[in-house]
Amino acid sequence: MHIDIKAASLQQKRQAYKHLAKRFGEDRPASRYEEGTLDLAPETNFHYRPLWDTDHELYDQSRSRITMKDWYALRDPRQFYYANYNITRAGQIESVEHNFDMVEKRGMLSAIPAEWVEEISFYLLPLRHYEWGANMNNCQITALGHGAALTSPTCFAMGDRLGIAQLIGRIGLAIASNNETALNAAKDAWINHPDWQGVRKMVEDSLVIEDPMELFVAQNLAFDGIVYPLVYGVFSRESDRRGGAAISFLCSFMNEWFEETGKWVDAVIKIAAAENDENKALLKSWFTAWESRAVAAFKPLSVAVLGAEAGAQAIADVAATLKARAAKLGIA
Amino acid sequence: MSVTAPKKLSLKERYRILTRGLDWTTTYQEPAKVFPHAEFEGIKIRDWDGFVDPFRLTMDSYWKYQAEKERKLYAVLDSFQQNNGQTAITDGRYVNVLKIFLTAITPGEYQAHRGFAMLGRQVPNVGLRIAAQMQSLDELRHAQTQIHSCSHYNKYFDGLHSFSYQHDRVWYLSVVKSFFDDARTSGPFEFLIAIGFSFEYVLTNLLFVPFMSGAAYNGDLSTVTFGFSAQSDESRHMTLGLEAIKFVLEQHEDNAAIVQKWIDKWFWRGYRILAILAMMMDYMLPKRIMPWKDAWEIYFNEAGGALFADLARYGIKMPSTADVANKEAFRLSTETMLTFYQMGHASGFHSWLPSEDELKWLADAYGPEWERLYLPRFKYFRELEAKGEHYYNPSLPQLCQVCQIPMFFTEPDDPTKICFRDTVYNGDRYHFCSDGCQHIFENEPEKYVQAWLPVHQVMQGNCGGATIDDVRKYWAVEDGEDNYDYVGSPDETMWKGWQADRLKVGS
Repeated sequence: MHIDIKAASLQQKRQAYKHLAKRFGEDRPASRYEEGTLDLAPETNFHYRPLWDTDHELYDQSRSRITMKDWYALRDPRQFYYANYNITRAGQIESVEHNFDMVEKRGMLSAIPAEWVEEISFYLLPLRHYEWGANMNNCQITALGHGAALTSPTCFAMGDRLGIAQLIGRIGLAIASNNETALNAAKDAWINHPDWQGVRKMVEDSLVIEDPMELFVAQNLAFDGIVYPLVYGVFSRESDRRGGAAISFLCSFMNEWFEETGKWVDAVIKIAAAENDENKALLKSWFTAWESRAVAAFKPLSVAVLGAEAGAQAIADVAATLKARAAKLGIA
Repeated sequence: MSVTAPKKLSLKERYRILTRGLDWTTTYQEPAKVFPHAEFEGIKIRDWDGFVDPFRLTMDSYWKYQAEKERKLYAVLDSFQQNNGQTAITDGRYVNVLKIFLTAITPGEYQAHRGFAMLGRQVPNVGLRIAAQMQSLDELRHAQTQIHSCSHYNKYFDGLHSFSYQHDRVWYLSVVKSFFDDARTSGPFEFLIAIGFSFEYVLTNLLFVPFMSGAAYNGDLSTVTFGFSAQSDESRHMTLGLEAIKFVLEQHEDNAAIVQKWIDKWFWRGYRILAILAMMMDYMLPKRIMPWKDAWEIYFNEAGGALFADLARYGIKMPSTADVANKEAFRLSTETMLTFYQMGHASGFHSWLPSEDELKWLADAYGPEWERLYLPRFKYFRELEAKGEHYYNPSLPQLCQVCQIPMFFTEPDDPTKICFRDTVYNGDRYHFCSDGCQHIFENEPEKYVQAWLPVHQVMQGNCGGATIDDVRKYWAVEDGEDNYDYVGSPDETMWKGWQADRLKVGS
């Protein structure tokens, strides 16, 4: 059954903003993603050169060696704009809260064997500093990348990485009965433990990458493409086996997030690589260089957590998966 | 593992652990290379940890609060569209306020988004960086929600269709663009003082009154709902601006002189933008809120006065040009309106003469001197209109090198004389609308000689061609639709049609 409501209908003069209609090739209604993203950043007639970078205009595509006829080709398949981004994350955080509640109510953390808690503290908690590096890198791309199609999702990624860093921090508090001890020990490992120094050096080196697209490839494809499958995949499965399933449970957001965000990262790189051969060669060289850094950096941790043989195998498997992913994007 | 009862953490403790602990001092790369913008402005910071985070908002809470606000806002926007809320505004003229809003302010929100991202990366303190990052997200929110809340109006009214394209090109929009370009091309501390303090803290209320209260007074459910929804973001931004300036001033006594110079500069830069808002309040909102000079009195002289009294302990004084702004208060809106009225052929929104009632309201608000100076001009323009000779100024105006507004402001102490200032730099003469703008230029001439001045660009043939038709095309101003007087415009015809339909018997 259907109730009919009569409402006055008024003659519309146009369906969409003109810059959108021009892109569509027709005057059709635009989605909120399209309205809030396309052609949003200033493009021309800049007034002053930045005091901090007199070689470039304020918005300047030559900050990257990647060239695009249209930077707005780099669309986000998730079609995130601010509202649906926040609403999506708020929904996920509700599940996270639920998970924390359940773990606490059932005393699930106290059931984890002490030596495995030590191990979790060693491999998981220092990653909040890795996430903080990822936050800074996506923030940098947001500040200096070209076109809002790229820089709005990097801004969301910036927020995501802070959120994940804080989630790891909460786990660190939870396993230490809300004392800072575990997090302090993790920070000490990040700064001083030999197994972590490759990762820290890699992250610090990424903080001074000048090309925003190189930074995008390094952080969002090469580093994350090793870290997430290794830590939240392989290490989590190991954790389940060793009685630490509660930790995998608390990290389920990271798996969900990586899968979702990977679709966007892949889309950006695939389109940029398909644009021209120079792009493809550049993206490939950046990926190869940073991916091998990431593999080398995480190997000691993999070995420390899984043992020499299994650890080496795990990092090799993760690297092979990432290379296959890169091949699909046209940059292997 | 034996777990003792969890320690109780205060919100403040919890926030500190989850944020302050994230940062570390880099050793594989020198900190100066990781934060290359931190020192070049000469601001001295003894202890970065002295910055007190004003909000203590973790990301999970941010997502939750913001998602809740967005759900409510978009429910209203959907309803507004479904029910043609645009027919319920006070008058079709009102939409011209939205045209200015979307073409001038929304792209400014976007610039603030990118600027706060820069700050959120470059400041070597984790608390300040997170606050800046959240503001960067907020500013993107404001740009997008404004585009979404104006989207429905664009389907019916002219002048909203090419907002971002026009922001890069149209003459009066370069006033706002150059303001944000100026802030963004500065270092992190100046940006913070320019946008975080001077704009957000000192001037935001003056921006919100004409737009958001204006929307509330004029039945614009779409925009006013955005306004209410953005209020809590804005108060966070104001708090950040104030905390940041206090932090900088407390860190080293040498900072006060630099900060004072920036306050003087950014007060005047921001105040010049407000000229167009003054015009909106006094001439464009069909239902007026209050005269510009009252808003200025309340939000600048009273609120700002208290603020600067509070900052006096750091040696900070009221901006040196505030007295000029006070002298201009009774005429600012009128001088601006009279200019746009004459430039109607070259604008992306409509202008019109005030009605008799409106002139009486203005005369009551602004007193005998206003009547003596301006009533005859309105009378004269009205006589021309009656003869079918609406006056449009065919010449291109001279622009101020700094604020980029046409040189129509008058001498602080003589409202009958245009205020001209000039200075010679590297053999070229530059022109200014005021002492304020001249001083800004003289402090950084190498910056302001670069300005992309729309009139110069038109003259040099960089804006589509030699005729006004060519230039209007370059601006994406649709001739005969977006421009000229509201009276006789397609907007007016449509609006009158809707009004007539209201009382018709249903078909």
